[in-house]
Amino acid sequence: MTSMIQTNQTLNCEGLACPMPVVKTKKTIAEMNAGEVLEVRATDKGSVADLQSWAGRTGHQYIGLKEEGGIFRHFLRKSLEIETKLETTHPRVISNEDLNRKLTAGENSILLDVREPAEYSFKRIPGAISIPMGELEQKLDSLSKDEEYFVVCRSGNRSDFACQLLSERGYSKVTNVIPGMSAWEGPTEHDE
Amino acid sequence: MATTIKAMTPQELTKKIIAQEELFILDVRNESEFMNWKIEGVKINLLNIPYFDLLDGVDDALDKIPDGKNILVVCAKEGSSIFIAEQLAEAGKSNIHYLEGGMKAWSDYMEPVKIGDLKDGGELYQFVRIGKGCLSYMVLSGGEAVMIDTLRMIDVFEQFASDKGAKIKHTLDTHLHADHISGGRLLAEKTGATYWLPPRDATEVIFDFEPLEEGKEIKVGHSNIRIQPIYSPGHTIGSTSLIIDEQYLLSGDILFVESIGRPDLAGKAEDWVADLRSTLYKTYKGLSDDLMVLPAHFGKISELGRDGKVAARLGDLYKNNPGLNMQSNDDFRSAVTENLPPQPNAYQEIRQTNMGRMTPNEEEQREMEWGPNRCAVHDK
Repeated sequence: MTSMIQTNQTLNCEGLACPMPVVKTKKTIAEMNAGEVLEVRATDKGSVADLQSWAGRTGHQYIGLKEEGGIFRHFLRKSLEIETKLETTHPRVISNEDLNRKLTAGENSILLDVREPAEYSFKRIPGAISIPMGELEQKLDSLSKDEEYFVVCRSGNRSDFACQLLSERGYSKVTNVIPGMSAWEGPTEHDE
Repeated sequence: MATTIKAMTPQELTKKIIAQEELFILDVRNESEFMNWKIEGVKINLLNIPYFDLLDGVDDALDKIPDGKNILVVCAKEGSSIFIAEQLAEAGKSNIHYLEGGMKAWSDYMEPVKIGDLKDGGELYQFVRIGKGCLSYMVLSGGEAVMIDTLRMIDVFEQFASDKGAKIKHTLDTHLHADHISGGRLLAEKTGATYWLPPRDATEVIFDFEPLEEGKEIKVGHSNIRIQPIYSPGHTIGSTSLIIDEQYLLSGDILFVESIGRPDLAGKAEDWVADLRSTLYKTYKGLSDDLMVLPAHFGKISELGRDGKVAARLGDLYKNNPGLNMQSNDDFRSAVTENLPPQPNAYQEIRQTNMGRMTPNEEEQREMEWGPNRCAVHDK
């Protein structure tokens, strides 16, 4: 069964031994736009530890791995320039822990996850609504200005941009979740 | 300017390690694999830079690599090491080699080392699987051979026996191994030999075997070289040592040159502490100090002698081995049950395979055996 994970590009490295999967991934990512997601399909088992380690060293995000019938499907996201500078400008923030307490208490608010669909499918907070950052502007019509919103991404940067955008468009009850999914210890769910 | 790189075979590398030659190794695997398992030698200098840090060029590595020395680039299977080695040579470095077949081939390579002569022209060989720290033995006499703790690469043993003009009659395992896949049963099937296993380690096996028990003697050739089993539990409940020709004590995974066996790989650490203590401090103590101890493993490169043998006199081990010098039962108990090294890779699956309950293919078997053996309490 092939899971539906939304990606921008697929790189076929089946049958290639190391170093080729990493060499080709590096080249492909260099030509992609920041924030886009790449699926790398490889059969070399060594590609798992090597791609994860390479991503960690270069700052690109290793989103997750699916193993299907001897094929390793790696999902990577090209990092954004903004993710390297940690300037939070949206004033209303909430910690992961405080958000978890509010959710556990059953507070009635909307949780927006602005990461890419592939990231969302591997790990998300139960009940979170997926609206990738790049699609937020088009989807504003579906979001009521009366509701309270918590916005989450991986590290708090994309969600900060999302919060700023929402504020500019007249949403007054918008809070950025800091740091976000990278350190989330509350309950999670994922696609099967 | 020479820009050619040369392959170094696992055999050539083994000879350099035994001869304690100087060698500079650039290991280009990722950090975690390097930390888990690496090539060691008395005069080996190791540097780990993952190949993917050198994709834009090897300039950063150049000043860390000495001139005028033999350089060996190592990776998991060889592809990445060739890729980096070629760039080093192009950048003007000389004496650049890559490890043929990578760590995968290194893990499988065995060096036959003659331990000594037995009476009436018999011989005893130790097969040093240097990459993983495993040892197999072959007793030869009068056209017959007996294998002890046979490793997975049985073609090597078949060829060796055939070169010596000997027929393999018996294969013995001192215990149910947890760190490597035994080739004993398969080799016996292929050559028509008898496979022996201690019955107390064999309660879950699903094949026929001859029970290896104290009181049963195995004779090799016409010259009556005796192999005497000694019940010596502790690493496993069935662990059985072998005295060969009244000269050699094959200690399995009970006693090593610089350490002792761990009792936890079958999940029974607490239960087997007393057995291990009794074997090491009573049963072995009652044997001759002059026996040459030949274990099934080594964990540190210092256990490999200048002659390539892993061996020590029993009397010397009672003086020098820390595992034989713990006076209090409590110290002993905590030493063999607490702060043990990580367990060997896939050790549960390896045990199941050695019981005949799992039948992985060759590539899967090799993967299960990936990494160091970690059978001793001091193999940190």
